[in-house]
Amino acid sequence: MKTHSGVLVIAEQCFGDIHRVSYELLGKGREISQKLGSPLYSLILGGEGLNVEELNYCGADKVFYMKNKCFEKPEEFLFKENIVRFIEEQKPEVVLIGATSFGRSCAPRIAASLKTGLTADCTDLYVDEEGNLIQIRPAFSNNILAHIKTITIPQIATIRYKEFNEGKRDTNRGINITVLDAYVSLNDKSEIIEIFKDSDFDITEAKVVVSVGRGIKKKEDLEMFKELVELLGGHLGASRAIVDAGFIGSAHQVGYSGSRVKPKVYIACGISGAPQHIAGMKEAELIIAINSDSSAPIFNYADIGYVGDLYEIIPKMIQALKNNK
Amino acid sequence: MKVVVLVKEVPDMGKVRFDTEKGVVDRSSADAQINPFDLNALQAAVDLKNLYNGEVTVITMGPLRAERTLRDAYARGADNCVLLSDKHFSGADTFATSRTIAAYISKLYDYDVIICGEKSIDGDTAQVGGEVADILNIPHAYYVEKINSISDKEIVVTINSLCGSKQLRKMKLPALISVTKNINRNELPTVKRKLKSLKIQVEKFGLSNLIDYISEEDTGFKGSPTKVIKVVVPKEKIKECKVYKDDFRGFFSDVLGALKDKKVL
Ligand SMILES: Cc1cc2nc3c(=O)[nH]c(=O)nc-3n(C[C@H](O)[C@H](O)[C@H](O)COP(=O)(O)OP(=O)(O)OC[C@H]3O[C@@H](n4cnc5c(N)ncnc54)[C@H](O)[C@@H]3O)c2cc1C
Ligand SMILES: Nc1ncnc2c1ncn2[C@@H]1O[C@H](COP(=O)(O)O)[C@@H](O)[C@H]1O
Repeated sequence: MKTHSGVLVIAEQCFGDIHRVSYELLGKGREISQKLGSPLYSLILGGEGLNVEELNYCGADKVFYMKNKCFEKPEEFLFKENIVRFIEEQKPEVVLIGATSFGRSCAPRIAASLKTGLTADCTDLYVDEEGNLIQIRPAFSNNILAHIKTITIPQIATIRYKEFNEGKRDTNRGINITVLDAYVSLNDKSEIIEIFKDSDFDITEAKVVVSVGRGIKKKEDLEMFKELVELLGGHLGASRAIVDAGFIGSAHQVGYSGSRVKPKVYIACGISGAPQHIAGMKEAELIIAINSDSSAPIFNYADIGYVGDLYEIIPKMIQALKNNK
Repeated sequence: MKVVVLVKEVPDMGKVRFDTEKGVVDRSSADAQINPFDLNALQAAVDLKNLYNGEVTVITMGPLRAERTLRDAYARGADNCVLLSDKHFSGADTFATSRTIAAYISKLYDYDVIICGEKSIDGDTAQVGGEVADILNIPHAYYVEKINSISDKEIVVTINSLCGSKQLRKMKLPALISVTKNINRNELPTVKRKLKSLKIQVEKFGLSNLIDYISEEDTGFKGSPTKVIKVVVPKEKIKECKVYKDDFRGFFSDVLGALKDKKVL
């Protein structure tokens, strides 16, 4: 007899909205639970009024809704303390957590408390012949893919957002929701004084990203890119070089130490294509590169390229797009 | 103010070779250096020390050669340099690493803040900080872009991004923070400190020194719940790029077609 069974997806909510990564975890979790022949559970911690049926519709056999006001703000210690108690009672064999900023900050505490292994930022999961969960993750600055097995129970992994398809939504699936109260709702060691809006855009959600690199000479030159972005209905991205130069805020940075984006179209302007930049944008559906140096590595990753001066090309593109309207 | 900084020694990613056939990383192909993200952690610690008359202790777990990294940390402003090194420590995953580091910090006993980098560029997990905090049972904050204030009892920090928002958080000390690269700019070491760094004593601790705080089976490969069973080095996919030059019309019509194809326009 196995002591632990079931795949547990920790669903994430941000200020009352369920994060989409939760549905992706359910999609993958369903696959894993079928291979293991065990049920798929989902735990969500939040205040009143969450649409938790959606977790059932998107694949969870059973949903646990831990309801308490204390979960309305993201604070790792309280989430961890309650998730750990829940796991100790429920005894799942696999636990999946979204590799969002909050998920990645909570998961190490959860794993350490349970004295079990944790695999960060996985891009794929499968079950081998012996029924072990194999977790695949990039390491060495995205240069290698490691296949990792966890020899302790539960096996916990954080999973990248937008790596898997969302679980198929089926409203005929039975609703099975258990409401619980928090085990612990106070943390006297930490206090959230204020929450304020980060920036009014989220570059990871953009359909089009126009990114600018050291090919531009001064901050004012960003204006023409803003115009281009507007015409295409996208967001402005940047290489680290121009974020470090203070031309633009860090929320715009694409790459290994910035955001990983997966837009439909990515336009790299005056960006050389350093591996750390490529790591953040190579999964775009279509990549367009504009660079004055025909030997720039960016052209090895692009679908369409233009060798030329961006100060000439960008105004022409803006004009041509306007004419096309 | 007693500040502890966790610093990892990593290979230079620009030079390190990956064997696509065998699926191995050839660490001997590149020099070791301080993990770039940990330079910001160290700078944050040195800034605190300068403001509040503190003391900075740098801890590295790694092979004996990592002494060089600690000397570099000294040159950049650290006061005490500690190397956790033992044959039993090798092959550690993040949990075994965190337990070993936490064991040393428990032994150290007196500390106010632990600062670590956002992630290491080889391990790439960003897990060690959170695990150390949990083992020590102290609060933590990740993605810290600013230390707003600190007293002998508490610290107030600005967290760059949690659930799409910034957060101002107050934590009781001791606490652990992991800082982003935007928290500061790294200052270069002075020649004077560089020279002095060659002469300092790097304190070395092995399993036998920590035995009251951790047992052998909780360290190194033995103490690691995660096992790497295979490493794949993906071959770089080079795309067939349609490159235009001196032909804006051709380029633009291709771009326009693609934008329409992707339903962007
Ligand atoms: C740990 C670590 C993390 C990092 N993380 C990131 C990250 O997240 N994101 C990131 O971007 N970088 C990151 N980097 C930095 C990265 O290595 C490169 O330094 C950076 O991406 C270079 O930016 P760039 O392409 O804008 O500049 P450059 O490499 O200087 O390239 C500028 C390009 O512009 C072209 N150009 C110049 N003038 C013109 C013109 N008039 N018209 C057209 N083209 C022109 C040039 O030919 C050149 O190819 C990281 C580095 C480290 C060590
Ligand atoms: N072996 C180590 N020695 C000291 N500090 C470490 C070690 N490994 C990780 N750290 C710290 O933990 C942070 C996160 O590392 P990682 O979990 O490997 O991404 C690093 O930026 C360091 O501050």
